[in-house]
Amino acid sequence: MNLRTRKMKGNAMIILVALAFVIIMIPLMSMLYMIAIRGIGAISLEFLTSLPTPPGEPGGGVGNAIQGSLMLVATASAISIPISIMAAVYISEYRGKLSSAIELITDVLSGTPSIVAGVFIYVLIIPRTGFSALAGSLALSVLMIPTVTIASYESLKAVPNHIREAAIALGVPKWKTSLFVVLRSAMIGIGTGVILGIARISGETAPLLFTALGNMYWNEGLLQPTSALPLLIYNYATSPYRSWQAQAWGAAFILLVIVLLLNIGVRIVARKR
Amino acid sequence: MSSEIEIEDLNAWFGEKHVLKDVSMEMEKNRITAIIGPSGCGKTTLIRCINRMHETVPEARVEGRILLNELDVYQEDPVSIRSRIGMVFQRPNPFPTMSVSENAVAGLKLRGTRDRSVLAEKAKEVLMAVGLWDEVRNELNKPGTSLSGGQQQRLCIARALAVEPEVILMDEPCSALDPVSTMRIEDLIYRLRENYTIIIVTHNMQQAARISDRTAFLYMGELIEYGPTKRLFEKPENELTERYISGRFG
Repeated sequence: MNLRTRKMKGNAMIILVALAFVIIMIPLMSMLYMIAIRGIGAISLEFLTSLPTPPGEPGGGVGNAIQGSLMLVATASAISIPISIMAAVYISEYRGKLSSAIELITDVLSGTPSIVAGVFIYVLIIPRTGFSALAGSLALSVLMIPTVTIASYESLKAVPNHIREAAIALGVPKWKTSLFVVLRSAMIGIGTGVILGIARISGETAPLLFTALGNMYWNEGLLQPTSALPLLIYNYATSPYRSWQAQAWGAAFILLVIVLLLNIGVRIVARKR
Repeated sequence: MSSEIEIEDLNAWFGEKHVLKDVSMEMEKNRITAIIGPSGCGKTTLIRCINRMHETVPEARVEGRILLNELDVYQEDPVSIRSRIGMVFQRPNPFPTMSVSENAVAGLKLRGTRDRSVLAEKAKEVLMAVGLWDEVRNELNKPGTSLSGGQQQRLCIARALAVEPEVILMDEPCSALDPVSTMRIEDLIYRLRENYTIIIVTHNMQQAARISDRTAFLYMGELIEYGPTKRLFEKPENELTERYISGRFG
């Protein structure tokens, strides 16, 4: 094969790869474009900070949904992150009899449809306590725990064994080696997994439908029903009112920006590696 | 303080594989004992039994006795044994998340020393002991992994010294290093014997001849010959030893 045909082949491949890139970008960009165009008009300080108004009345905002989303995600993270990291340390560092079982369960759980997580918490908790932000957070945790556990486990597994041996051989107890040497070495990967987990649950709607329920007012505590951005988008977008539909676009835009920022955050954290 | 090691009828396995067979030997105080032999003969396993690192591998098993100054290593808490018997590995393995000075005293800190001035002083002391202080005194806060290979290995030796062990095990400490770094480490090892008992695994026979006082030749998990280095290299008693050191196999 001479140089010319090789060059032509090379160029043809570059064109193919570029084409694939464009095809992937079309849906993403058109979605971003559409949501930005329709949503950005709704954004104002009032929109971000005030309560919804009844349909037909002008103004109003999604402040309580933003508050609710932050609370749900923060509570779910507070529940999930410690459990996930501890489970990952157990599977990776203390390969006991339980560890392969936990690994399997985590893999299965990570494929759970999100609506199932919602129904599960609904059946388990709602009859006793009623709808609440806490129940919503628990449903989100069911989705977040496997994601963060798997990401943490992969990061721990990627820590070279000679790092563990170096610490053990210095006379450092196993638990300290796991916590202060291995876990510390895996922190960047775990941080990435945590942010991805947060990005995932902040957009979930289905688990919140029968748990957090929704609320037209400010949330006053974990045991009250709460609004959340995905819930509000769902309710507003399916409503017959124009003003609500317009606000659903605005809320979708906010949600998209949050998830995008989280993903960019992952990139920045991961680049430090 | 330095201590002597006595090994009695040591047997070690990986699963079904019998890697050390009835090894008995003594390592003298303040001396350098070299362990030589072809790849897979059990050299590394032998020293990893001494600080009980062997048993940290799944399926690994040990039988027999190892005495540290007449104290049975296998009756003691492995964590405390490992602080008395330090180890330097084949590849330099400083902790990637720690700076040069943090690496030097990582063992102390992880074992519970909190006092910063104690840690800083110890870091300086051990970095000086390995001849690294003048090279890194302005880079103490850089990551340990930013140093050159030879410097990293000396940092790892410093890290082992900081825990104040009595015995230092070295597993082919120069095999990943260039000749100049190798020379520096050999000089260092030779100096360390004043204060420590040193057991070094090497596949480099010249290295064993240059620095060790006594040499053990291991073959297929058995201790074939053990004696003063000069005698072993000049007048080996066993035919296998003779063939190995003359380079006819291995």
